[in-house]
Amino acid sequence: MRLTEIRIAGFGGQGVILSAVVLGKAASIYENGFATMTQNFGPEARGGACSAQLVVSDSPVLYPYVTRPDITVIMSQEAYNRFAQELRPGGTLIIEEDLVRVSDLKGDLKVYAIPATRFAEELGKRMVLNSVMVGFFTAVTKLLSADAVRKSVADSVPANFRELNLKAFDKGYEYGVTAKVGAPPELEEVGYEKE
Amino acid sequence: MKADPHGVLTGTHFIDGDHACCEGALAAGARFAAGYPITPSTEVVERFAARVPMVGGTFIQMEDELAASIALQGGVWGGAKAFTVTSGPGFSLMMEHIGYAAMTETPCVFVDVQRGGPSTGLPTLPAQADMMQARWGSHGDYEIIALCPNSPQECFDLTIKAFNLAEEFRVPVMFMMDEVVGHMTEKVVIPPADQIEVVPRKHTHKSVEDYLPYATNGDMVPEMAHAGEGYKFHVTGLTHDERGYPNMTPQTQDKLVRRLQNKIRIAVDRICLFEEDGLENAEVVVISYGITSRVAQRAIDMAHERGLKVGKLRLITAWPFPDKKIVELAARVKAFVVPELNLGQMVREVERAAAGKAKTFAVSHAGGGVHNPEEILRAIVEASRC
Repeated sequence: MRLTEIRIAGFGGQGVILSAVVLGKAASIYENGFATMTQNFGPEARGGACSAQLVVSDSPVLYPYVTRPDITVIMSQEAYNRFAQELRPGGTLIIEEDLVRVSDLKGDLKVYAIPATRFAEELGKRMVLNSVMVGFFTAVTKLLSADAVRKSVADSVPANFRELNLKAFDKGYEYGVTAKVGAPPELEEVGYEKE
Repeated sequence: MKADPHGVLTGTHFIDGDHACCEGALAAGARFAAGYPITPSTEVVERFAARVPMVGGTFIQMEDELAASIALQGGVWGGAKAFTVTSGPGFSLMMEHIGYAAMTETPCVFVDVQRGGPSTGLPTLPAQADMMQARWGSHGDYEIIALCPNSPQECFDLTIKAFNLAEEFRVPVMFMMDEVVGHMTEKVVIPPADQIEVVPRKHTHKSVEDYLPYATNGDMVPEMAHAGEGYKFHVTGLTHDERGYPNMTPQTQDKLVRRLQNKIRIAVDRICLFEEDGLENAEVVVISYGITSRVAQRAIDMAHERGLKVGKLRLITAWPFPDKKIVELAARVKAFVVPELNLGQMVREVERAAAGKAKTFAVSHAGGGVHNPEEILRAIVEASRC
């Protein structure tokens, strides 16, 4: 696993931080690599802008910050406006397609979209949208093994919600396996134009 | 002595610095904490409050930081290892009782997860601007020890060290984290209890008749007896003699206050920990601590790519300040570069110890984020040319 910078951003309450914890734990404990997760949040408990930065590598991470992310996961419009432009050319952008309208996208990016919140609601609890997103992330980026991330999900959520979160992970993962690189039709609907 | 296995969460964890600090305290044997939760330190006591009842200890959420910082000392004199946790605004309120702990030689740990100040400042964002306050915040002459972790793993390891130093020297130890280190999540390996060395309370072995609360031998650290054990027991912030009785003479004051300083000063070489790299051929040495040391490392790597002869000195112990190391380096390097998340605190100590033998370049930052490594690189380049 080469040094990879990841940003996950949305609003407080979406499980942004936990998503990064799950991925970081998968990298550093279940895959024996190294991961450093830092977070930015405002004084509000919920609803404020929230972002997590995760650096994973096969050697110890010294500089803990993300400067040019290789992968950015965006779960709110505010986060899109703030963070979409910082992606490295050739990087991967993952969006919550019902919450994010894509515009002014520059550079050669791989864009993937998923209605994670809708899927989570269909599973019975909107709260697990982050596990849907983590599953989707795992499938489309292939950065970490599905086995490692799945174990990490199971280990990171409360026992009574374990099964539901694993279902959510599987849902996102399966959707990701079939997702196409480039511009899937959903993206055109939200205004994505490839340059 | 080995750690009590009940408090040790042996295993590999992916946790933040605050949680790691809590686990370090539990492993070190802390069984009492009094606190008034404040961002970005809240997670330490939140976890402690959940964990400590399972290992036979107590957490009390006090009415404010003054109460927290004195309740913990009651816990210590009752026989527990104890600590409190706070951030800038709370740390300010604790100053009086840090002096009290120094004067009464109460072994305890104050964790300060530094955030932007002054006053309420930036609750959720980092700074390293309490470094001088940690050393000089209370009135009168005294010495403390301060440690600066730069990773969650060190938050665990060095919290144990902080408790051990507190017990060995009977001194309040300041554990100077910062918001980034506190909220940064990384792998933390907690070893089995039998691999963790803890220093027990320096309890007297003397009989009740022979015991003098503040009499010392060669190491200048008196032996302790707890309340209710039958020993003479008198704890006071007033200047006191060996019996613990108030005594207002200049002679008693001189003897006591010099001992409070000297018990730390004679052990400076043992207390001062640092990490160094590439100092042998260095022309410029970057001195940093806490989160800034990790940002500085990137700047050092960039300087190496340009062929500059740059070494690294990371202060793990900030107080007592490692004068000897700086004096030795100042005699053979051109300059020091000191980045820190304040407008110039530890850099003044470097400048003082260097005494003009090497130049000193501050790379200040008011807090709220960390340095851009380029800023530190620019200072390194400038220092190399001097």
